[in-house]
Amino acid sequence: MRNILIIARRELAAYFSTPLAYVFLVAFLVSAGAIPFFMGRFLERGQADLQPFFAFHPWLFLVLIPAVGMRLWAEERRTGTIELLMTLPVTTWEAVLGKFLAAWIFTGLALALTFPMWLTVNYLGDPDNGVILASYLGSFLMAGAFLALASCISAVTKSQVIAFVLAVGAGMILMVSGLDFVLGLFRGWAPQIVIDLVASFSFITHFGTIAAGVLELRAIVFFLSLILLFLAINGQVVELKKAG
Amino acid sequence: MENLIEVQSLRKRFGSVLAVDNVSFTVKRGEVLGFLGPNGAGKSTTMKVITGYLPPSEGTAIVCGHDIRTSPVAAKRTMGYLPEGSPLYGDMTPEGFLRFVASVRGVNGQKRKERIDQLIEQIGLGEVLHRRIETLSKGYRRRVGLAQAILHDPDVLVLDEPTDGLDPNQKHDVRELIRAMGGTKAIIISTHILEEVDAVCDRAIIIDHGRIVSDGTPAELHAKASEHNAVFIIMADGDAVRAVERLKAVSDLAKVDRRKGANGSSEVVAVPKQGAFVADKVAAVLRESNIHVSEIRSEPGKLDTVFREITTNDRQSAARQ
Repeated sequence: MRNILIIARRELAAYFSTPLAYVFLVAFLVSAGAIPFFMGRFLERGQADLQPFFAFHPWLFLVLIPAVGMRLWAEERRTGTIELLMTLPVTTWEAVLGKFLAAWIFTGLALALTFPMWLTVNYLGDPDNGVILASYLGSFLMAGAFLALASCISAVTKSQVIAFVLAVGAGMILMVSGLDFVLGLFRGWAPQIVIDLVASFSFITHFGTIAAGVLELRAIVFFLSLILLFLAINGQVVELKKAG
Repeated sequence: MENLIEVQSLRKRFGSVLAVDNVSFTVKRGEVLGFLGPNGAGKSTTMKVITGYLPPSEGTAIVCGHDIRTSPVAAKRTMGYLPEGSPLYGDMTPEGFLRFVASVRGVNGQKRKERIDQLIEQIGLGEVLHRRIETLSKGYRRRVGLAQAILHDPDVLVLDEPTDGLDPNQKHDVRELIRAMGGTKAIIISTHILEEVDAVCDRAIIIDHGRIVSDGTPAELHAKASEHNAVFIIMADGDAVRAVERLKAVSDLAKVDRRKGANGSSEVVAVPKQGAFVADKVAAVLRESNIHVSEIRSEPGKLDTVFREITTNDRQSAARQ
């Protein structure tokens, strides 16, 4: 546990030692703030809630989270520091978790910095703050799932750019699997159980309930188990790729 | 003396390529082992297995009693490792980096501060302590890598080309450092610089095509040179033919050669049988023949030559197979 925190602290510091952190935070805050106004009719709806704000989070994360996760392992492999890290007395698990944790905390920080949105709706009306808190938690969990995926993919390659592109692609697949036109491809020939299975893997399906203000246990379990699954694969990939 | 490193029948495959083939050796406390071999011979791979970075395909390495396969973390705790090229986190400062390594190594609090201060002094990092590592010169980067490896004062040190890319002064400093630590630790260094073997190693292993082709002290290695203890005489061209004739009559000599030198001089090389010391005899023969020499010297045999002979012989026999 100590090692996980030591590694996480180093990783977190690494984010802020390059412009990446600030560029990301600005990009995230600008898009997270602007999209609900321009595309979500945030004000015109005349409702004091953050529903349009959260509804766009899956799309925002799809593009921005891979940018946070892409360097985690690709950079270690490119510079060879992975050899240094993995010959320190730490286990692969501690390294994987430490890195993931740092990226997740960083994402959490970005999410927390959207608090002016919350202040705005509280100023304009009388929103259900419990719902907003639940939505934030759900959004944070979903970000974790995107991150674990990005971290896992980052271990496959030495190039951050490739890691980014692959993570966006894989994230896309996970996201759209719940959309109607994708499910439509399966309807007609696949049995209902397959369609349900495909739909059940969708971030959108699970986040939909969260954005609506219902933090279902099912959604929590879904995102947490995805995080664990991707991190487990991540550890295996790190082990396998060391030789290359 | 205790064996701190035991490498047992180690094999490492990458796909169909056998990079390390049945390598076994031990290193005792107080011993500095030089690891030699052509590029791609398997030196770095062997070191990567010993330090627990790569898992062995067969066999194992036991470091301070810990099997690298079954208790890797315990084994890694006892070791310091400088990977090839000294990879470092470029976005950190040497100070931040050493603090990070110290924390992971369990060196904390006041002890951490003292130890890092001591290293900064010993290795000479004072000037660059707060600069980003990516902006440092190769020499400084190597020094940071060394500092990181010896930070926790480990019993076992594995240094992959520790002097590569350093200037002669820095090389000297690093060798001094290794020699100073050599008394109390077991150290493996890999190198391409054969003079380094004489300078710091108690023992040298030559590895080629993943196999150990020679294992012995530097003196034993010198003895393998075909020109071991050969006598080199420089004289005027006119005398050289006569000198060769006379020397060929000496029974202790295996071979006498004449090589063209500079400025109308020749170098006569007298190679003794079984590395015997023949300088006296050669000098006496030349004196009797009234041959004037401008230089006469005896050489233990160049390690370069030994290295080339051992590793190319092996290659030829491998090709024949």
